[in-house]
Amino acid sequence: MKTRNSGSVVRIAAPVWGMVQRFYFPLLILAAIALMMIGHVNSTAVEQARTRVTDAVSPVLNVMSRPAASVADALEYFRQLVDLHDENARLREENARLRQWEQAALRMDAENRSLRSLLSFKPDPAATVVTGRVVGDPGGAFVRTVVVTVGEREGVERGQAVMSGQGLVGRIVQVGDWSARVLLVTDLNARIPVVLESSRQRAMLAGDNSDHPLLTYLPPNSEVRPGERVFTSGHGGLFPPGLPVGIVEKGADGKPRVVPMADLSRLEHVQVIDFGTTGGVAAEATLPGAMK
Amino acid sequence: MAGGLFHQLDQTGRNLLPLGVTLLAMLVGMVPLPLPGYAMVTVPLMLMCLFYWVIHRPDLLRPLVVFAIGLLQDLIGGTPIGMTSMVLILAYWLLITQRRFFLGRSFVMLWIGFALVAVGAAAVQWAVFALMTATMLDGRPVLVQALLGVALFPLMAWLLQRLHRAYLS
Repeated sequence: MKTRNSGSVVRIAAPVWGMVQRFYFPLLILAAIALMMIGHVNSTAVEQARTRVTDAVSPVLNVMSRPAASVADALEYFRQLVDLHDENARLREENARLRQWEQAALRMDAENRSLRSLLSFKPDPAATVVTGRVVGDPGGAFVRTVVVTVGEREGVERGQAVMSGQGLVGRIVQVGDWSARVLLVTDLNARIPVVLESSRQRAMLAGDNSDHPLLTYLPPNSEVRPGERVFTSGHGGLFPPGLPVGIVEKGADGKPRVVPMADLSRLEHVQVIDFGTTGGVAAEATLPGAMK
Repeated sequence: MAGGLFHQLDQTGRNLLPLGVTLLAMLVGMVPLPLPGYAMVTVPLMLMCLFYWVIHRPDLLRPLVVFAIGLLQDLIGGTPIGMTSMVLILAYWLLITQRRFFLGRSFVMLWIGFALVAVGAAAVQWAVFALMTATMLDGRPVLVQALLGVALFPLMAWLLQRLHRAYLS
């Protein structure tokens, strides 16, 4: 920074500018550290900034993700061509089995309805569903979130459950005007109260950024059988009870883990579910700032 | 006069190429690819762009701009805010001081250099994240991410070189 001006302002400013130049990089790194601190302490301001920026970028991501999805579809198509025959045989068998189940389900449904009418049972309010496209999974190795194309305009609220066809995917942690962020069940910050299907054992499903979240807070002597199905328990009011989550497996380290029913690496469309009274802001109050 | 203005606009547009490419790399890295395990390991495309442009045209990709790009990535990605900025600035600092060493060296040297930077950046990221969240995260996905970046570096470097020669020579 050479200057021919010899005013007093320059005489004072020049050394300062020189110092800034000299310590440019350390200053920037300090600024980054300061930002991390601020983000840690004042998470609401950061959260708002995130919402704004994600809202602004999501249309771009929406456009960009379409060719990627087409390429992936094409690859999937050719992969499926290879084992078309085996797949067909498997599906036939499955179809036969499911038909039997259908009969059983219809019979039980009728029985259930007649029993409910006898008891004058008040059913839960019907859930409304909004379907959105997944346009970004930007977290890399550190964060398990996805960005979806539905937001406040479609009635999405914080804390609502997000499902794919097969099972629970996660919950809404941030809502913009036309975009929202979903914290997946595998994320480090995800904690979901669950119940095991046959033993009715309660537990907490805790994500640890791996593909298969941990099953924690089990009583020490409890027997956890691999293959058992896991559902949300509805405790804490975060989720309604009975949403399918996954299947228990024994991890490599001997700890019980859960294989999510939804294939979280191939999410294309997800359903945001509004169950009316449960979830939402009240649940958020018990678990504030899950994402900093 | 009009020609002069047009020339200036043209030059400005060309000078924005490094920034544009780096931003595009950031967005491409966020697009979901339905490949198993892809969400866990995102190729550090942005770091490749940074590496290339800081060595060849640091005047067109200023530290403050890099800082802002890192911030944008953190805001969209949900990572602790400032983390990516810090890693990118550290990489920038290292590269700008070692720039003379890299210029005019063979491609293999550049590749080794990038490998060091990528692994270093992964280590810093991992350490910062561990500090921020007070958890020892499994380090393997981070390392795999860095190695994937190293494996794909020649392709990206070739692409960037084509762009560089086409618009900025």
